[in-house]
Parts: sequence; structure tokens; C-alpha cells
Amino acid sequence: MREEAEIIRQEYLRHDKKFPHVWCPGCGNGIVMGALLRATHNLKLSKDEIVLASGIGCSGRMPTYIDFNTVHTTHGRSLTFATGIKLANPELSVISVMGDGDATAIGGNHFIHAARRNINITAIIINNSTYGMTGGQYSPTTPYGSKSTTSVYGHVEHAFSIAELAVTAGASFVGRGTVYHASHLDKLIGQAITKRGFSVVEVISNCHVQHGRRNKLGGAVEMMQSFKNNAVTVGKAEKMTTEEMEDKFTIGILADIDKPISTEEYRRINRQAERDADKVVKAKVKNGVKRYEE
Amino acid sequence: MKSEQQLPVLLQGNEAIVLGALAAGCRFFAGYPITPASEISELLSLRLPEAGGRFIQMEDEIASMGAIIGASLAGVKSMTATSGPGFSLIQENLGYACVAEVPCVIVNVMRGGPSTGLPTSPSQGDVQMARWGTHGDHPIIVLATSSVLDCFSITIKAFNLSEKYRVPVIILSDEVVAHTRESVTLPGPEEIRVIDRIAPSVPPEWYKPYAANNRGVPDMAAMGSGYRHHVTGLIHDEKGFPTQNPQEVDLFQRRLHDKISKGFNEIQVSKSIMMEDAEVCVIAYGSVARSAMRAVKEARAKGIKAGLLQLITLFPFPRQIVDSALRQCRVAVVPEMNMGQICREVARVNRSETRIVKHNRIDGQLITPEEILKYLVSV
Ligand SMILES: Cc1ncc(C[n+]2csc(CCOP(=O)(O)OP(=O)(O)O)c2C)c(N)n1
Ligand code: SF4
Repeated sequence: MREEAEIIRQEYLRHDKKFPHVWCPGCGNGIVMGALLRATHNLKLSKDEIVLASGIGCSGRMPTYIDFNTVHTTHGRSLTFATGIKLANPELSVISVMGDGDATAIGGNHFIHAARRNINITAIIINNSTYGMTGGQYSPTTPYGSKSTTSVYGHVEHAFSIAELAVTAGASFVGRGTVYHASHLDKLIGQAITKRGFSVVEVISNCHVQHGRRNKLGGAVEMMQSFKNNAVTVGKAEKMTTEEMEDKFTIGILADIDKPISTEEYRRINRQAERDADKVVKAKVKNGVKRYEE
Repeated sequence: MKSEQQLPVLLQGNEAIVLGALAAGCRFFAGYPITPASEISELLSLRLPEAGGRFIQMEDEIASMGAIIGASLAGVKSMTATSGPGFSLIQENLGYACVAEVPCVIVNVMRGGPSTGLPTSPSQGDVQMARWGTHGDHPIIVLATSSVLDCFSITIKAFNLSEKYRVPVIILSDEVVAHTRESVTLPGPEEIRVIDRIAPSVPPEWYKPYAANNRGVPDMAAMGSGYRHHVTGLIHDEKGFPTQNPQEVDLFQRRLHDKISKGFNEIQVSKSIMMEDAEVCVIAYGSVARSAMRAVKEARAKGIKAGLLQLITLFPFPRQIVDSALRQCRVAVVPEMNMGQICREVARVNRSETRIVKHNRIDGQLITPEEILKYLVSV
């Protein structure tokens, strides 16, 4: 275990310039980063074939530290960049890491469309129930009644369940884990990367500094303890009543379906278009481009 | 199969942009439907696949712009096309392309604004927005098309400049240029010069993705080519990592501007028509330049020494070219389908006694040759 951690540290982190990192001590982001690295290491992916894209936020800083091809994009737009990268070079393994605000507020539209489109990209969403970087304002996953710097009287809106949203939007693979269940998270992320199609891993994480503190949830340790207590595996949850599930959430695989993948469909279109060049010419004539005889 | 080029073809401006893009090596397009730019998307959805490229319709223009930046980072020449409302949405990621120095081409087929405005009427209302639309000081190249043939050659030029200087290039077309059909003979492949970004030649461990060289334009490695590096919209050092060090920030910001200044001579393109002995001139661009040309010819027929300076590069503003036209002429007429967005640039560079006369139409109608001729006759 120790040894593996050391190999991963040596092999995948950008040591020359980028440490110490910007995250607060105890932040869940580091655990997600560790899980991601263990997953890609276990899958024996080469660093050259992985692109890690992110949006803006504390979570968005992750690619800075990792020695993959990395893109720190604009707030909420990570998946749009990832889409272009993947279509331009389908050989690349494209992973997008986002915050909850990033992925489901400003980037919500991109998120559901990426799921619908089913391009072979892995989306990791670190859900810490708040806008960490900008100082703890409420996000689309801030629970009803919670305090935040913009809901000082208690939050009056209702939260998204990100994983369920992804299922409904049509993602091929959807999993949810927590930063407490670290080795489970390694596996989930690994499965998501291996899955062909758009895959989503929602990670319940702690922002004890901005969210925990304001809601008397304790520090990093207490928050992780609560993830341990409140997480119920998908299988177990099926046997529980709605009342029993109150204040709890499911972890595990919420969806794993097979449907045509856009990236491959595009390849098919390329082949077809090249084969059907004649037909295309006719269509072009119809479209008014070619007004002369071949 | 004969090439489309070299034979007379009947094309509209939007189609010529597509053919220009393909000839320039564009192999990725992301867009969102909008009048009067949609034909560009439609035709590329047909043509890109057979060229081995990819077309995608995104959920909005913010996403289109993100996708073309992504594709370009992966080494593929990319373009999007839109009109006013969509042009507003691309501005966020356009700034990213400026700061991360990602080559890409953005076509804005201008229509009447503000807001949803006049969807099917021509306009030149987005000229200053093309220059300053995204926040922060940033260099950018803006080219204007006035004819179908222009649409073809300017699109190629746009890709070439974008690749060479690692800067987004905006093509401003308008509803009239986009939809007018003309019979044109396009240059053959051997007459077309295509420029590609320069890939690094050093070993990957030496590669500094944002290091200044004598051109001021860093070599660009495609993602997945073995040159792992970091790309960010934050101001970065020469390795691409965020920095707030004032010296590094200053160095970076100035290099962004300087790389464009260094290329002024090549970037600034214009056409001087009957300018040799002109005493009055029209300074125009886009479809208005067509009317201006006609007006100048008619003025000449009346014995008036008129000339036309047609601007193709709008930004960086061709200060020297305009300045010398102004020094030569008593009067310069600047007709525009806006309230004077280029006229203010002309006035800014005017260091002589030349009178600058503006003529503006913002009713969604074309400026006619007669309107311009009236000025040429009366001044
Ligand atoms: C267009 C835009 N709007 C606002 C911001 C400011 N901003 C930076 S990070 C952030 C929120 C980040 O929250 P989240 O996505 O949940 O990530 P976290 O910081 O919690 O990891 C915001 C609003 C921005 N960078 N860009
Ligand atoms: S503010 Fe919250 S999310 Fe950001 S680094 Fe600190 S603990 Fe983590």
C-alpha cells in the first residue's frame, strides 16, 4: 500500500513547481485526486493518452498537479472542451473533473447534453454542497435549510441529486461514492473510465471550511464520519423504506447500460461519407454547391 | 472527381466560407443553428465527414466555442460560425482562446441587433464587439468579407493567421454577403498556401509550452503527442502554470500583444482601388465596400477623382494604410451599417486636415451606391 502510494506520488504528480497545492488541510479534493491516480495507474493507462480537463473552482485546480495532458478550462465548460478533444482524437482517454456548481449550475446544460450525447468521456463531479472557492455561497446541491454565505436565513431552495440527474439524462454509467469510502472510489472511477460511453462518478465530499463550519457539521473527520453513517449501498437501499432512507444517500452503481457511443458513430459516419462520396456529390449538387457536371 | 476549385461555380458567401475552411485544413466544426449563419453548419455537416473531419451541433454557442478550442488543443484546425446572439455567447471562451493561445476561427455573419434584433437583415453592428467583446486586454484579429470570392480566400487567410500567431481570428460577414449567390472561379489547390502551427522539435522534457521565441509565438504541441503540458485560462508562466508574479505576468501579457504587432505587415490586408490619384476616398468594408466600389466608378465617370480603400483587416486597425489614404485625400467618406464603429478608428488615426464624413444606416437596409455617390459628388 505504502509502496504503491509512493510510486503514484513519484510517477504522476508534478513536483517541480506545483506544490504545495491550494487546498485547505483535510479537503476531500485530495482524496478524489488520489482515487483518480490509483484508478488510472491500475488500468495501466499511459500518462500521454490521458487528458484531464477541469472547470473552475477548488476542484478545478486538480489538473494543475497531475502529469497528464491537462486543461483548466472556464467555469462550467469543462465538458465542452472535453467533447472537442475527444472528437478530435478519439484515442485519448478524456476525463473531466468538476465541482457541483461547475457541473450542475453554470455547466448544467453541458452536463445533461453530454450525458444525452453519450460521447466516451468520464465525468467526475466532486459534490461538496457549496461553492468552495468563492467562499461558501449556496450551490445547486446545498441542502434545503442549510446556511451559506448567500443563504444566511437558511436555504429555501431544493438540491439536485447529481447521480440521479445523470441517469435520467442518459449517461451510460453512473456511480456515486464518497471521500470516506476511498478504495470503493478507486474502483468506481476505474469502472467509469473503462466504460464505453459517457460515464459519471459523483463523489460526496467535504468542504468543512465553507460548508461544514457554517452548518455545525464539524471538521473534515466528522464530515467523513457522517458520510460513513449516511451512505447506503444501492442494493441495501432497495430493501429500505423511504423513511429509513431519509437523510441517507445511495452509493454504488446507479446505472450501467449499453447504447451506441457517439464517438464510434462519428467514425461510422466518416467511413460512410468516404464510401458514399458519389451520393454526397449528388447531395452537394442538391445543396447548390456544385452547379457543374462532374 | 474534379476539384471544385478552378471551375466556375455558383456559390453563396456561406458556402464559400465552408470551401475555404476545408481548403485551409479545417477538420472540426462545432456550431448552434442561427440565421443567417446556419448554411455553414449544414454544409459542413455534409462535407467534413468525407474529408475525415468531425461536425457537431452543440447545446449552445458557449459549448461550440469550448468544443472548437478543445479540438484545436488536440491538434485539429477548428471553426465555429454564428450571428449576433450567438456571438455574444462565444465571448467567454473566446477570451480563453486568446490567453491560452489556441488557434481557431470564428465566423460572425452579422445581422441587425442589439439582442435578437433583425435576424434576416444585414448589419455591421458587431465590429467593435469583435475587437473588444471578451473581457480583459487582449489582442485579436478581425477580418471582413465583402464578396463570395473573399469569403473563400479570407477564410483561408483567417486559418493561416490563426495558426501562425496562435490567436483566434474572427471573420465578419453579413447577411448580404452570406446569401448572395455569385459565379466564382476558386483558386486551385496549388495556388493556395496553407500554414500550419509549428510543432515543437525539442524533446518533450525540454518543452515549455509558453516560452517566448523570436517570433513571440510558442511552438504548439497537440494533446496526446507526447508533450504533456498544462493549459489554463489563468495567466501563466512559460511552462503554462498559473502565476501572479508581476514580472512573469507582465512578460506574458506583453508577449501576447507583441506577437501581433510583429506581424502587422502581414496581418493588415486592404485593397486600394483607383486610389493612385484620388482626392476623395471612401473607406469601407464588408458588403458596403461593394456599393462603394460602384459609387467610386460612377464618380470617376463624372470626372471626380474618387478612390476606394477597402479594409479587409479591421483589427489590428490598419493605421498606416488608413493614415496614408487620409494624407492623400481632402475628404474621406466612411459609410457603415452601424453608427460609425470603424469611422471612430479612422478619426483616431487622422493626423491631417482631412475631413471625415460618416454615413450610417441602421434600418436593416443595404447602403446603396447612390447614397455614397451623393457624398462624392457634393464634397
Ligand atoms: C463565469 C464565471 N462566473 C463566476 C466565477 C466565479 N467562480 C469561481 S469558482 C466558483 C464556484 C465553484 O464552486 P464549485 O463548482 O462547487 O467548486 P468548488 O470550488 O466547490 O470545488 C465561482 C462561482 C467564474 N470563475 N466564472
Ligand atoms: S474551500 Fe472547501 S473545497 Fe475549497 S479547498 Fe477548502 S475545503 Fe476544499
